[in-house]
Amino acid sequence: MNDTMIRLENVTYEYKSNIDEDILTALKNVSLEVKKGEFLAILGHNGSGKSTMAKMMNGLILPTNGEVYIMDMNTRVEEKIWDIRAKAGMVFQNPDNQLVATIVEEDVAFGPENLGIPPIEIRQRVDEALEAVEMSQYRKHAPHLLSGGQKQRIAIAGILAMKPDCIILDEPTAMLDPNGRIEVMNSIKKLNQEEGKTIVLITHYMDEAVEADRIIVLSNGEIAIEGSPREVFRHVDKVKELGLDVPQVTELAYELRKEGIDIRDDVLSIEELVELL
Amino acid sequence: MFKDITIGQYFPGESLVHKLDPRIKILVIIFFIISLFFVDNFYPYIGILLFIIIVSKAAKIPLELIIKGIKPLRFIILITFVINVFMTKGEVLFYLGPLTVTKEGLSTAIFMALRLGFLVLGTSLLTLTTSPISLTDGIEKLLSPFKKVGLPAHELAMMMTIALRFIPTLLEEADKIMKAQMARGADFESGNIINRAKNLVPLLVPLFINAFRRADELATAMEARCYRGGEHRTRLNELMFDKKDIVIFIVMILYFGLIISTRYISF
Repeated sequence: MNDTMIRLENVTYEYKSNIDEDILTALKNVSLEVKKGEFLAILGHNGSGKSTMAKMMNGLILPTNGEVYIMDMNTRVEEKIWDIRAKAGMVFQNPDNQLVATIVEEDVAFGPENLGIPPIEIRQRVDEALEAVEMSQYRKHAPHLLSGGQKQRIAIAGILAMKPDCIILDEPTAMLDPNGRIEVMNSIKKLNQEEGKTIVLITHYMDEAVEADRIIVLSNGEIAIEGSPREVFRHVDKVKELGLDVPQVTELAYELRKEGIDIRDDVLSIEELVELL
Repeated sequence: MFKDITIGQYFPGESLVHKLDPRIKILVIIFFIISLFFVDNFYPYIGILLFIIIVSKAAKIPLELIIKGIKPLRFIILITFVINVFMTKGEVLFYLGPLTVTKEGLSTAIFMALRLGFLVLGTSLLTLTTSPISLTDGIEKLLSPFKKVGLPAHELAMMMTIALRFIPTLLEEADKIMKAQMARGADFESGNIINRAKNLVPLLVPLFINAFRRADELATAMEARCYRGGEHRTRLNELMFDKKDIVIFIVMILYFGLIISTRYISF
């Protein structure tokens, strides 16, 4: 059995600028594998190519060069595109602009309706999906009356109801308040740990990336650092050089080390640091 | 400023009228409108009035809410009344300056005003007892036979749903932009009509740009959720006729058939 969920092979993507005829290269010859059940975080500052990568994993855009495979299905094959999108669901940044229907449960049902699932099964999937993101009590609400975090969880439920194996989240917390971010992150972690969904989380919050199994830092369309959160954030200088922050605790430990205090260089959580000190 | 705009005037409830299949309700209202235009004397209006009273009682809609439905149209009804009173020739009742009021005029005026009133009341019963979603579903299903002649029934329904979904979002956004502009000294409330219209430009431009951006993102999100038009689509809540729908439908056809027939039967 093949346990690769997503495979990018030497992928290059070029945007043509509308203003001048310049060609902007968003991704340069990137290769990447995401395993089934893995929680991968993709970091990078603006324009590093992370959103482009996300859209490619869902077949929304095709690479200029190279191939993208989702569960061994090439995104270039047009007949397979709907299978790919049902397997690799995608959640976007702005919760307002991805909800379609005027009632929460109708919106969650939108995906399975598109797949042509029988009504009885849709009902079951909608209930399960709302349960999974803890939004069952809002099933009859109008989406515009919910908070940002709640809307984003509805969007996740809408993807879950399609029963994907993999969920790609493109900065799902960027427009949310701190509470909303925590709600959404909890849902994502739960889906990964309890339901075994493969998660690809694109973010620029370091404290969210820490939760992942593996981190990839993109810079100018190339993978600059790759590894577990501990390995990545150990390189405090390098991460900062790429225009990103490290988690506060890691930074504190780093500063302490510079002051000559003997402390490990891969501290990620407050508890850990407290224990070490 | 935009907070008090409500779209549709759905009055939630659990009554028989609420639970009736939206297709039946739409068809019944169409019959209602047709019969209203066939009526040519006052007596069948009793039947029409009875229908409105019974339906609103059954749906437990408070009277004020139904009356409120006429309010926006009071000027149209008034103008119709005035024009009919003065413009109809016949037996002169009295003179009002250069204008004459005739017996026929008065009776036609009342008749027309009632017709308009009933029209609004009847149709508002539909929107009061049917949620926008089931209304859209009903319209889609009713129009689907015309798909064969190229009518995009599903697309129309999808457009209505998205419009309903985004109206509150866009109103909220308009409010936000307006406050942002006001904070920087924009004035939306004084000056004559032309000036006011001009002052709206800085509100409309960002609103439109944002609306297009939203539309683009929504389209991408819909595609990511496998939306590919109405073909092969199933629904969470499929519309289904049951016995009561059919019984009520037949009763209503007979009822309005009777009202229409009064035009051709002389008493």
